[in-house]
Amino acid sequence: MAQIIVENLRKHFTVARRRRGTLGALVGVVRRDHKIVKALDGVSFSLEAGELVGYIGPNGAGKSTTVKVLSGILVPDEGRCEVSGRVPWRQRIEHVAHIGVVFGQRTQLWWDLPVVESFELLRDIYRVEPSDYRPRLEQLVAALDISTILDTPVRQLSLGQRMRCDVVAALLHAPGLLFLDEPTIGLDASAKLAVRKFIRELNEQRGTTVILTTHDMDDIEALCSRVVVIDRGKIFCDGDLEALRARVGVERRLTLELEHDAPLSIDGATVVSRNGGQVVLAFDPEQLSTAELIARVTEQHPVRDLLVEKSPIEEIVAKLYDDAQEDPA
Amino acid sequence: MSALEPLRLYGRYFATSIRSQLQYRASVVMLTIGHLLMTGVEFFGMWALFDRFGHLQQWRLAEVALLYGMANIAFAISEAVGRGFKAFGQMVRKGDFDRLLLRPRGTAFQVCAQHFELVRLGRLLQGLAVLGYAIVELGLLDAGSRLLLLLTAIIGGACVFTGLFILQATTAFWTVESLEIFATVTYGGVETTQYPMSIYRDGFRSVFTFVVPLVFVNYVPGLAILGRPQTIGPWWLAWISPLIGLAFLLLCLRLWRLGVRHYRSTGS
Repeated sequence: MAQIIVENLRKHFTVARRRRGTLGALVGVVRRDHKIVKALDGVSFSLEAGELVGYIGPNGAGKSTTVKVLSGILVPDEGRCEVSGRVPWRQRIEHVAHIGVVFGQRTQLWWDLPVVESFELLRDIYRVEPSDYRPRLEQLVAALDISTILDTPVRQLSLGQRMRCDVVAALLHAPGLLFLDEPTIGLDASAKLAVRKFIRELNEQRGTTVILTTHDMDDIEALCSRVVVIDRGKIFCDGDLEALRARVGVERRLTLELEHDAPLSIDGATVVSRNGGQVVLAFDPEQLSTAELIARVTEQHPVRDLLVEKSPIEEIVAKLYDDAQEDPA
Repeated sequence: MSALEPLRLYGRYFATSIRSQLQYRASVVMLTIGHLLMTGVEFFGMWALFDRFGHLQQWRLAEVALLYGMANIAFAISEAVGRGFKAFGQMVRKGDFDRLLLRPRGTAFQVCAQHFELVRLGRLLQGLAVLGYAIVELGLLDAGSRLLLLLTAIIGGACVFTGLFILQATTAFWTVESLEIFATVTYGGVETTQYPMSIYRDGFRSVFTFVVPLVFVNYVPGLAILGRPQTIGPWWLAWISPLIGLAFLLLCLRLWRLGVRHYRSTGS
């Protein structure tokens, strides 16, 4: 049976609309306009144990509402949701004992305490047996390389150090399911790589199911076999990265370096940019095969170098988000 | 898993909280002394009043000191323990309450355990000193069952004040505005209970009996401890007042749970 089952989940929020200016604020005390926001408008998906899934979408699409429902914080208006056979909001305490959650923007560590003391408090909160705790902590500390900062108060840590400690904190009770919300936000390149490497190993070696929400498409490309895109409360696309590319458009790019700076026009391809001898063409491989296109170009012009690319995921998602904004509900 | 396990965890939180506050040692010491002086001056004012007029409606200074000490100790305990509830509105606004929902423990327990405020020891010390003076002056040291009532009444009183802090925190689930009106029953409450209820008007007294059960913090049990006739109800009312305090706390916790349910269905 699937580890996570989500069926037709709905959640509406009533939001008070703010009026502008001081006068507006005063009027707002007496009269308020309310607006209904459909944060989740019939979301369904299921996840098998051991999957590593990217959950993406523009701001306000319903990402964090989904995560909040799945982690037992929020009660949905309608729909079914089961995680490892439990209904998160009905069996909150039992449920949260088996999941881990990392919020990139927020720490769960105690600000004024050395890192290790936060860990010990969490050990007691989650009722982790000392005999399990010690080897687990040692392993996590080694994997995330935080042994030198265990005795440092959290407020003195850098963002990257704090994030690594937060990941350890979320795994001390060995959850089978881990939610990561923007785990690499604000990290420098090497810290990002370290966190990604750890997540991949966690998923591969321990079989921990991971749901990752992020704006960093490199995270998705580096980690996720499957991507779920949510937009305006609905699942927009669910599949592997290739499926996502296909959903948005199968366009590919051909970058050419010409011997001579000459005008170029090819049937079935459009010029995206042109900089001297360097030309970028966009084409649809369904209509015109890559080989055929190259043949047509070399017929007309001597080519020094060429490169074929799939359109980068950033553009796919940007396009997705643009489409979403063009026809607002 | 023993029933005492949550208590042990509370102890762990407590020790952790103390350690983190002691990172700012000088500040803790100064604030505690500050609290001691502030509340000390308050009692000095009372003493000056009695020194000038001798008594207040047949109440001697030592008798009022007993009520005063009980109220202040109860309030200091609930302030130290319930500090998390006092700052709860901010916790909801910043979204930190979600974090508590993600942990496999009760929410009220976590808010309560989150922060133990050391500096409230100032008021506690002052309350203990005043109560000690009253007990010696009134010869209550070997009063047996009345001394037991004194002890349990203080615990019941702490329950009442903690309940009020919980009620105040519960409003944060519905509104982001902090309702200062609650300060009139918490801080106003401890000021009011420092004097015998009999000096107040009837309407005022009814509110503090039936709406907010402040009379059970010290006045009702205090009458029995002092051997005075009960003025609010039957004589045995004094002996169940700790239970009334406990019942009030449980009622407040029920409302808290209602608030948590509301929060989880609205996302605030």
